[in-house]
Amino acid sequence: MALEHADVLRAAHLARLGLNDDEAAHYLDDLGRILAMVDQLQALDTEGVAPLAHPLETTQRLRADEVTEADQREAFQRCAPAVEQGLYLVPRVVE
Amino acid sequence: MHDKTLTELAASLSAGECSSRELTESLLTRIDRLDGEINSFITVTPEQALAAADAADAARARGEAGPLTGVPLALKDIFCTTGVKTSAGSKMLDNFVAPYDATVVEKLKAAGTVSLGKTNMDEFAMGSSNENSFYGPVKNPWDGTAVPGGSSGGSAAAVAAGLVPAAMGTDTGGSIRQPAAFCGITGLKPTYGRVSRYGIIAYASSLDQAGPMARTAADCAHLLGAIAGHDLRDSTSVARGVPDYTAELDAPLSGLKIGLPKEYFGEGLDADVEQAVREAIRVYESLGATVREVSLPHTHYAIPAYYVIAPAEASSNLARYDGVRFGHRCDAPADLTDLYKRSRAEGFGEEVQRRILMGTHTLSEGFFDAYYKKAQQVRRLIRQDFLHAFDEVDVLMGPASPTPAFDLGAKKDPVSMYLQDIYTIAINLAGIPGISVPAGIVNGRPVGLQILGTHFAEARLLNVAHQFQQATDWHLRRPALAEESL
Repeated sequence: MALEHADVLRAAHLARLGLNDDEAAHYLDDLGRILAMVDQLQALDTEGVAPLAHPLETTQRLRADEVTEADQREAFQRCAPAVEQGLYLVPRVVE
Repeated sequence: MHDKTLTELAASLSAGECSSRELTESLLTRIDRLDGEINSFITVTPEQALAAADAADAARARGEAGPLTGVPLALKDIFCTTGVKTSAGSKMLDNFVAPYDATVVEKLKAAGTVSLGKTNMDEFAMGSSNENSFYGPVKNPWDGTAVPGGSSGGSAAAVAAGLVPAAMGTDTGGSIRQPAAFCGITGLKPTYGRVSRYGIIAYASSLDQAGPMARTAADCAHLLGAIAGHDLRDSTSVARGVPDYTAELDAPLSGLKIGLPKEYFGEGLDADVEQAVREAIRVYESLGATVREVSLPHTHYAIPAYYVIAPAEASSNLARYDGVRFGHRCDAPADLTDLYKRSRAEGFGEEVQRRILMGTHTLSEGFFDAYYKKAQQVRRLIRQDFLHAFDEVDVLMGPASPTPAFDLGAKKDPVSMYLQDIYTIAINLAGIPGISVPAGIVNGRPVGLQILGTHFAEARLLNVAHQFQQATDWHLRRPALAEESL
């Protein structure tokens, strides 16, 4: 499946990575070769093979719906770029 | 003291021949004098280390010492550490001080070990040469023109240079075993789920696993016992008891059945590396093991499957770096989308961006079945190859890497770098444990023998590796840098 410039820009937008046209062009070449390598998978017949997500095939464990964590907002916000009165600051979203 | 193994140092501490403070001060001095040549540390933490050493000495004086009390080591900079920067080798986290300890760190502290600092690595563990670090490449202590391997390159180089007796690494596609091989040390990747991933900065969550890197298999056995175990904070960690990994080290190998995967001795394998590995296997035969050829028929598909699954999981895991809650934030964002896009473009290096793009593309609408689902199906076939092989033999053996350490700057094309991991990557897909042990030196650069076992066979692997180290001295060979006494 050949990759095009627009595919790279689309993936960059979906991943919220700010790439200009030149940077996207730079990645196009490498990604095309990686995808060509990955496309070897298509040669293998996997009809009826169940996908494997966890190598030991364990399932998610459930726990009781109880509060287990204390409030650590101050500690967690100490590494934030911008906070005020316990809130994370971002550019205005709603006018 | 820097020439002793972790096991020997633990014995010296126990016998009162030295204190943890003396040992810690001596190694901090070595790091200060020698690390400039190899760049294996991102952060050295002398104050915390000396405080921990004093606490260890005090515990010993009170008669409360355990087997690892006072033993110094280092942590790959991917393990979250309270109050100490945890960068994952990335500009994105250059300002990140974790508010909590990883479970591995918590357990190592509880065992009384002394961390000297955080080691260099490929950014977010994506790389096989340690050239993708925001903090600059690490140099191989055996040869300053060679890479140390990656992504746990700093951990491997620090141990090889005698700066620490052991270091913790993580392994998603070979990131413990390949640098261990390139630097002439011993490195163990445990079974997926054996060691908690809580507090380890995530790369590919269905593949990531932490493990010890040290001089000997016995050292790794002590450390694995300290870090393994079930953890409710990691939903994929396995509820299973932790055996004494040192108990079986001395078991004889007579009757051991070794399988040699024929796909691991084919095209692309350096002739000198092959010779060293075959010589190691002859040593095993002399110890009473039998050897037969086996086949892992889907080996060829491991790298393609990995380069779908790992980037897909990475693109999802790395979505959290948004410039809002922690990490790098761009200057003067025009709006929220600009904040996300520029913070991420500025904070992530090239290889990380490449994998995010790759993963986002393969997970996007219209491509998911053809890539991610297909790769997960192939993953099952790869795991079956190993399980079938372990019906016939006890362990598999082969080279850890097709070549010894390559030159810095030698592999500029990402695909040729990815192909380096041909012998290590399938092991992560299958979730089985693997260990690399020193087995030769080619043109001044070490060669690693990789030994693989079935799920939870760590004690057996450590026994098999230890017996080799009783019969050979490759693990005791050291680069000139490590011989330097100050």
